Amino acid sequence: MLSESLIKEFKSIVGDENVFTTEADRQSYSYDSAVLEPVVPALVVRPTNSEQLGKVVALCNENNNPITVRGAGTNLSGGTIPDKRDGIVVLTNGLNKILEINEQDLYAVVQPGVVTAKFAAEVAKRGLFYPPDPGSQAVSTLGGNVAENAGGLRGLKYGVTKDYVMGMEFFDVNGQLVKTGSRTVKCVTGYNLAGLMAASEGTLGVFNEIILKLTPPPAASKAMMAVFDDVNKASEAVAGIIAAHVVPCTLEFMDQACMRYVEDFTKAGLPVDSAAILLIEVDGHPAQVADEAETVVKVLEKTGATKIVVAKDAAEKLKLWEARRNALPSLARARPTTVLEDATVPRSQIPAMVAAINNIAKKYDIQIGTFGHAGDGNLHPTILCDKRDTKEFHRVEAAVDEIFDVALSLKGTLSGEHGIGMAKSKWMEKETSRATIEYSLNMKKAIDPKNILNPGKIIAGR
Amino acid sequence: MADLNKLAKMLQELDDMMVACMKCGMCQAVCPVFTETMKEADVTRGKIALLENLAHEMIRDADGVQERLNRCLLCGSCAANCPSGVKVMDIFLRGRTIVNTYMGLSPVKKAILRGMVGNPKLFNMLLDVGSKFQGIFTSQANELLGSSCSKFLSPIIGDRHFSPLAKQSLHSKYGTIDIPTGKSGIRVLFFPGCVADKMYTKAGEACLKVFRHHGVGVWMPAAQACCGIPALSAGDRVAYDKMVKFNVNIFADGDYDYIVAPCGSCISTIHELWPQFAGEYPEDLRNKIDRIAAKAMDINKFVVDVLGVKPAEAPKGGTKVTFHDSCHLKKSLGVATQPRDLIRMNPNYELVEMNEADRCCGCGGTFNLYHYDLSKKIGERKRENIVASEAKIVSTGCPACMMQMTDMLSQHNDSVAVKHSIEIYAETL
Repeated sequence: MLSESLIKEFKSIVGDENVFTTEADRQSYSYDSAVLEPVVPALVVRPTNSEQLGKVVALCNENNNPITVRGAGTNLSGGTIPDKRDGIVVLTNGLNKILEINEQDLYAVVQPGVVTAKFAAEVAKRGLFYPPDPGSQAVSTLGGNVAENAGGLRGLKYGVTKDYVMGMEFFDVNGQLVKTGSRTVKCVTGYNLAGLMAASEGTLGVFNEIILKLTPPPAASKAMMAVFDDVNKASEAVAGIIAAHVVPCTLEFMDQACMRYVEDFTKAGLPVDSAAILLIEVDGHPAQVADEAETVVKVLEKTGATKIVVAKDAAEKLKLWEARRNALPSLARARPTTVLEDATVPRSQIPAMVAAINNIAKKYDIQIGTFGHAGDGNLHPTILCDKRDTKEFHRVEAAVDEIFDVALSLKGTLSGEHGIGMAKSKWMEKETSRATIEYSLNMKKAIDPKNILNPGKIIAGR
Repeated sequence: MADLNKLAKMLQELDDMMVACMKCGMCQAVCPVFTETMKEADVTRGKIALLENLAHEMIRDADGVQERLNRCLLCGSCAANCPSGVKVMDIFLRGRTIVNTYMGLSPVKKAILRGMVGNPKLFNMLLDVGSKFQGIFTSQANELLGSSCSKFLSPIIGDRHFSPLAKQSLHSKYGTIDIPTGKSGIRVLFFPGCVADKMYTKAGEACLKVFRHHGVGVWMPAAQACCGIPALSAGDRVAYDKMVKFNVNIFADGDYDYIVAPCGSCISTIHELWPQFAGEYPEDLRNKIDRIAAKAMDINKFVVDVLGVKPAEAPKGGTKVTFHDSCHLKKSLGVATQPRDLIRMNPNYELVEMNEADRCCGCGGTFNLYHYDLSKKIGERKRENIVASEAKIVSTGCPACMMQMTDMLSQHNDSVAVKHSIEIYAETL
C-alpha cells in the first residue's frame, strides 16, 4: 500500500487526473497480452512531458517502488506486468508526440508513446518508409517496440526495430537524463547504449526520446504463393531463394494444421491437403523486382512447389496476403485461449522444428498451428487450448517447455521478436550461460542498485 | 451494498464468452472512448478484464466496474476489429443487465425507461404535448440545421443544440397506415422508430414516398413501442422485455414481407438482439420473435437489394454530400454501399467521402445523456472530418447520428445540413 502522502507527491508532479488510484483502474493495468497471472499495480501514473517523467522515475526510486513502463500493453511475454512489491505502472501514452521528421537526413525523433502505425503513416505522407511492422502496430507504441525489439513481417530484408534506433535519451533510475547515439548516419561516440537499451524491456532505463532511422520506400513489389507437399521442400525453397541472392522483404510460412484452421474460418480456398505454403514478396526498383520475382519462381519450381500463384496486380496481392493476415484470427477463434510463441531457429532447421512441433502436439494431446517468418526462421507455433482446463493447461506448459528445448537444440533462440519478459526468463541461462547471466546481473546492479526498473524481467533469479 | 458473491456467480455465466478475449489490445485502435481518455478501463480489453475479475471476486469495487462498464458507446467497432471474434456486444449487454440490475438502476433511468419509453401511449402523448410547447423553452440555434438550444439552464439539455420535435409526429399525422400491396408485390411493416417518428419525420415521410412510388404495400400500426435498445443498453431488462413484448404482440399476426425502418439501430436491435435475448421467453414468443427478426431490414438495403433500384452515377458538380456510416448500420448490419448508391442516384448531389466515415459519431443513444463531455469530444472529431470533406450536406442512415451531428455542427455554426440518405433518394421521385 502506498501512503497518501506519496500519492499526493505523484499528483503534484503529473496532476490529479493523471494518477489512477481506484481499484478498477489499477486492475486494468495488471496484465498484458501474455497468458500469465496478473499483478495489480499499487498505482498508475501518466506523465505528459519529459520533466514529469524524470521526476516520476526519481520519486519511484527514492521510495523503492518498482517501475513498469507501459505503452499499449501488447507484448506477449509479460514485459509490462507490474511488480508485486508495490509496483507502479508508468504510462507513456501521454508522451505521444512525433517531435521531428527529417526528410533530408532520413531520421525522426519521437516520444515513446507514439503509436507505430500512426508514425509509419506520418512518415509515408512525406514519401519515406519506416520498415518495422509488428503485428500489433495499429496499437503498439514505438517505445514498447524498442524495449521489446519488436519484429514483423519485413524482418528478413529490413531487420527489426533495433536496426532503426540511431540514438535516444532515457532517464536513469535516479531520474537523470542520459543521451546516446546521434542524428548522424555514423556515430561511434562512446558505448552503444542505444543498442543495449533496445530489447532491454525497461530494465535499464526509461525512454524519453528516440531517434529512428528512415529509408526511402521501395518503388515496386511483387507477391506470390507457393504450395508444397513436403515441409522439407518448402524449407529448401527458402534456402534456395537466399542462395540465389534474393532477399525478399517478406517470406512467410504456414503449415498444414494452420492452413486448415484458416480455411475453416475464411473459406479462402487454401490448399489444405498440401503440407505447407510459402508467401513471398520481393520489393525494390521495378527492374530488380521483375528480375528477383523470376529468380524466385525458378527456385520454387526447382525445389518442387506443386503450385505457384503470382499476383498480377494490387488486388490479387491483397488476396494472397489475406491468408496470412487471417492466420491469427483463425487460430484464435478455434479455442478460447491462444498461446502464441516465437521459437526461432536457423532457417535450414525449419523442417526439423515443424516436425518436432507436430510431434509435441501429438505427445501432449494439444492443438498447435504453426505459421511464421520462414525467411528468418522465426516460427509462431500457436497453441490452442482453454486456460480454465487446468489439466490441459499443464500439458500446454510442458509442451511449451519442450518446444523451447527443441529450438535451443537446433541452435535456435527463445525469442525472435516477442521478448523474454517473465514468461521465458527461466530459460535464459540455458540459451546463454551462467556467466552471461552473472554479467547481466552485475550490469543491472550497477545501473539500478535497488532493482527498481522493471524487476523480474529477462534475467532469471532476480 | 450488493452481495459480491451473488453478483460474481451471476457474472460467471459470461465466462465462456469472456475467456475468448486474448487481451491482444487491438480494440485500442478503434475504440472512440479510449481514443479520448487513453485509459485501459475504457477499452474493451480492460472492461472484460474487470468483468472477469468481478466474476471471480478478484475485485471488491463493484461500483467501479459498473461505472466503467457503462462508459461504452456499444458502437461495435472493437467487435468488428477483434482477431478472436469476441462477442463484445453480447458480453457488455448481458454484463450491464447483470451488474446494473444487481447494483440497482438509478431512479431517473427507471422513470425514463419504465415509466415513459416503456409506456408507448404515455410516451407519445408526452412528446406530442411537448412539441406544442417546446418554443417556450427553446430558441433557434442554426437556421440551416433547424437546430434549437435551451433558453434556460437545464440539467437534461445542458448546452446541447438539438433538432426540435416535429410539429406533428408520424403516428399522430397518419394514425395506422394500411395500404395493400401494389405493383411491387411486396408489403412492409413500417417501423419508423422513435426519433424518425417524433423528430426527423422528413426521413419517415421519405420512406412513405419511396413505398408509394414503388408500389410497396405499407402497414404502420399507430401503436408501436420503442425497439428496446435504450433499455437493453442501460441494462434494464424489465423495460426492455416490456417494449419487445408490446411490439411482438402487434407485429406477430400482421401480413408483411419485411419490417423496414430508417434507423440502423432499430433494425439491428430487432434483427439481432431480439432473438439473441429471447432465451428466457416462452417458446411461442421466441418463435414469433424469430419470424419477425428474420424480416427486419434497413430502408437503404430494402430499396437497393429488394426493390432492385439500380445506382446510376450522377453527373459531377452537384452539391457535395458526404456519408457517415452509422455503427449499427455498417458494423452490425453490414450496410454501407447501399446508402451511397442511393445518394449517387440524385443528380443534384455529388458524393464525397470524408475521412473515417465509419468512425462512431459519439452519440451512443443514452451514452450521450450520461457522458455528454465524452460524447461531445468524440463528436468533435466527426465534425472535423465532415467539415474537412467540404460537403454541404452530411447524410447518414440513423436518426440518432443525425441528432449528434446536428449538435456538433450547430455548436460551431457550420453551414452543413444533415439529411437521411433516404430523403436524398426520395427527392428524385
